[in-house]
Amino acid sequence: MNWGTSMLQLLKRYWAVIRRPSVHFSLGFLTIGGFIAGILFWGAFNTAMEVTNTEKFCTGCHEMRDNVFAELKSTIHYTNRSGVRAICSDCHVPHNWTDKMARKMQASKEVWGKIFGTVDTPEKFDAKRLELAQHEWARLKANDSLECRNCHNYDSMDFTRQSQRAQNMHSTYLANKEKTCIDCHKGIAHQLPHIPPGLGPSDSPGQVVPAPVAMAKP
Amino acid sequence: MKRIQKLGMALMLCLGVVTATGTASAEPLYDKARGTAPLLETTKPPVLGNPINDDVRRTRNYAQQPPVIPHRIDGYQVDKNFNKCMDCHSRTKAEVSQAIPVSITHYQDRDGNTLAQISTRRYFCVQCHVGQDNATPFVRNTFQDVDSLLLKALQNPANASKKP
Repeated sequence: MNWGTSMLQLLKRYWAVIRRPSVHFSLGFLTIGGFIAGILFWGAFNTAMEVTNTEKFCTGCHEMRDNVFAELKSTIHYTNRSGVRAICSDCHVPHNWTDKMARKMQASKEVWGKIFGTVDTPEKFDAKRLELAQHEWARLKANDSLECRNCHNYDSMDFTRQSQRAQNMHSTYLANKEKTCIDCHKGIAHQLPHIPPGLGPSDSPGQVVPAPVAMAKP
Repeated sequence: MKRIQKLGMALMLCLGVVTATGTASAEPLYDKARGTAPLLETTKPPVLGNPINDDVRRTRNYAQQPPVIPHRIDGYQVDKNFNKCMDCHSRTKAEVSQAIPVSITHYQDRDGNTLAQISTRRYFCVQCHVGQDNATPFVRNTFQDVDSLLLKALQNPANASKKP
């Protein structure tokens, strides 16, 4: 009770200070100065945020450089005929601002992991890989593979330029929205972990034993 | 003693000259795959092919031939953690993937016991099954399958009867 009243007193005092008109600074200085300070703060904040989105930043720690980044290097998302490539943040950080902020806050857990060496050896990383992969599968499943679709636009896909198998899959499961990209395209940019029976995502085609369709028909 | 040494040295010199001229006159090593590049040098690798990707099943050249792979398999992960081939070619995925499930022999160990999962001795698919490419073979192949031999024998019975 005593603590509560003293807290209230303190808040009231601060409120009084904020409400009191300025004695030493002009209104012009406060408004224009505040405006400029705001721009500087916002610019610095976003620049710092962008720095944490660069490949250099991501591969600055050996956990990323020696495991997942090394695996990426041989895949089509790193090396291909035309040289268009994806960097870490293209797939792992949402491009939309609010979603990006949410993801960056989640990433504070990764800072914790870095400080305490949660995955600082290849063995530890392998032991943790399934869990980490499942997080990413769940994220991409939940947002309908948004990070894939940022580049791979369904409407611009020319099925006639795809192989017969790809056509069959994309014109059925992808077209009727039964599946999203990640359901089939797991492990395209990094190696897949061992998925023990029952722990694999059941949404992927064929991950579950298909129900006997012929029997179900009358 | 000295004379014998001298004789020996002369003989060796002669042999040396003969072998030297012999190798010089012989044609440089030509290998179909390596060309004339000496063994200790690195060859310029041929350009990558364009693997067949039409999903049309090929005829087997003989009954025991492992079927060839009529699609691209670049970057397929087949290691102790994951087998990309079995991601489509396993029994349970046949309906969705429309890929041919691997036969029951692939589930048997060497003692003939049928296992629940693919046998470890059949795990590495490309040990037997290979992708295809429209490349010219380095070595000419004169293999004829049994059907073409049978047909030949039927068309030319006189020739066939001569053979034991």
